[in-house]
Amino acid sequence: MAFEPVLTNHVGEKLSYTLDFYIAKARGYEGLRKALSQKPNDIIEQVKASGLRGRGGAGFPTGLKWQFVLKDTPKPKYIACNADESEPGTFKDHVLMERNPHLLIEGCAISCYAIGAKVAYIYIRGEFYHVQEILERAIDEAYKAGHLGKNIYGSGFDCDVYMHRGAGAYEAGEETALIESLEGKRAQPRIKPPFPAVAGLYQCPTAVNNVETLCNVPPIVLNGPEWFVGLGPEKNGGPKLYCISGHVKRPGVYEASMHTTLRELIYGDQFAQGMLDGRKFKAIIPGGSSVPILLDQHLDTPASFDHIQKAGSLLGSAGLIVMDDSVCMVWLAMNLLHFYRHESCGKCTPCREGGDWLYKLLMRVEAGEGQMKDIDLLFGVANNIVGKTLCAFGDAAATPVLTTLNLFRHEFEAHIKEGRCTLPAPWRAQHPVMAH
Amino acid sequence: MDYAPARWHRSERKLAEAGEPFAYTPENQAKFDENVKRYPTDQRKSAILYALYLVQQQQGYITGAGMRHVAQQIGCSAADVEDVVSYYTMFYTKPVGKYVLNVCRTLSCALLGAERVTEQLGAKLGIKPGQTTADGVFTLIEVECLGACDRAPVVMVNDDWHERLAPEQCGKFVDEIRAKGRAAFSGCHLHVEKGKAG
Repeated sequence: MAFEPVLTNHVGEKLSYTLDFYIAKARGYEGLRKALSQKPNDIIEQVKASGLRGRGGAGFPTGLKWQFVLKDTPKPKYIACNADESEPGTFKDHVLMERNPHLLIEGCAISCYAIGAKVAYIYIRGEFYHVQEILERAIDEAYKAGHLGKNIYGSGFDCDVYMHRGAGAYEAGEETALIESLEGKRAQPRIKPPFPAVAGLYQCPTAVNNVETLCNVPPIVLNGPEWFVGLGPEKNGGPKLYCISGHVKRPGVYEASMHTTLRELIYGDQFAQGMLDGRKFKAIIPGGSSVPILLDQHLDTPASFDHIQKAGSLLGSAGLIVMDDSVCMVWLAMNLLHFYRHESCGKCTPCREGGDWLYKLLMRVEAGEGQMKDIDLLFGVANNIVGKTLCAFGDAAATPVLTTLNLFRHEFEAHIKEGRCTLPAPWRAQHPVMAH
Repeated sequence: MDYAPARWHRSERKLAEAGEPFAYTPENQAKFDENVKRYPTDQRKSAILYALYLVQQQQGYITGAGMRHVAQQIGCSAADVEDVVSYYTMFYTKPVGKYVLNVCRTLSCALLGAERVTEQLGAKLGIKPGQTTADGVFTLIEVECLGACDRAPVVMVNDDWHERLAPEQCGKFVDEIRAKGRAAFSGCHLHVEKGKAG
């Protein structure tokens, strides 16, 4: 049975971001109407039964997250939508918000109804200025047509959705850091517990969900949880967006079921159509830059949360970065550590200082000035970051170093022995600019 | 190689320049008053990023006077505002050029030549990343992942995007910006509606 896209079915069509289009072609706001005719708890039960897992990276069951939101409290509750899409290699939420913003708005409204919130904040990254214009316009349209605001469809349910613009911080994608940033502070993670479900935004119960997760809610309400479960392997139901980038012929966002294997995603005609310039495949990062690398022998793994985990990596945000045989793995680790070193929020010492030292060590090895003992030093520094920080950022920062060392140790050794980079690809800088 | 040159020392704290006296224009004041309504009345600080964007739009970068003005608007201390300004990368505390070229340097863009894009743009403009041209038209900055990896290499110019900028096109790209302004940018590919988007 051919897979029919659910979330991105119309994204290539003209004016797909308008309310008229959404109502006419995509059964727009029918899910919200249906949800409002049921009890909030029924919606949570349906989402639980669907097995919907968070699409932001951790893959935590969404229904469970909502159930944890404190019920008996006089405080207001909030939905915070995580649209701070900054994981290198990930651009799915970008497409959803730009071409299908009403689906997200409907998802926010249904989620608010389910957990008993009246306000949803969509925290969007500052760089997505063109997306913000579209999203603001869509929210205005929804208010004018009565899909948001007071007493929606005469049900007595009030819901406000607001956009909140970030200002360039990868760390704001972490849920407690996102809440801090929403409160007008530095985006730095909080100590957990208490979890946001108990004390989140303004110390009120809050559910933080990814854009793609919330976009899956209206179809679940409309089509039922069984339909959703049937779309994918066990415990990995529903449609999934894959972002494929790097050395492939046709990079882009592709929607597929989680039965689809990595090989199909890279070589399939309807997907990325194979390696660029007919070059040889070397490695793939399957879930955004924070996850371990997979090799050729893993390509027949279905790209689901559980299968990828079994293969030794994580599906994460499903940002697939494909690399051909011109990529130097020391350079790759150095490039990613430049990112993590820059984006570390600085709250926990192992991550702030460790990331910096890892980058310096990698720069030394890449320049051919390393020594054999630097390899042990890299292991030592990386292992002293893992598990020693408040949020997952520390682990993410150490991962590129550990995974390249484990799989490509010989490349590190060759750099040190030959005193130069052994794979100086033509697409790299002729005169590398050093740290600044 | 020098193991710990001074430029790696990250604890240098530079105060933002005090700048000219600053206050919002009436339009910006109205925008701020509207935006702050999105948050509970006792949580005005949530609007701080928006307030700072307004300062930056109005005077190009954020000065000490701008931060004090925001502190007054929000009802917090100026130190709280500086705390936020110094954290987020999209706020400038020094004057920048009319066009700020933000070249994405993270993995997916780098795999398709982003390092060389920076190199070529720098050579064309005669500046290094982080600098502004003498005529104050261009600033070149290297930034981390912009979230459009399928259209690498990506350059964000102020609030506009230019995608698939090959290193060889960089010289022409700069000339076109000088000649045509914003019309030189490709924008985000999703704006272009043709057939099924990939």
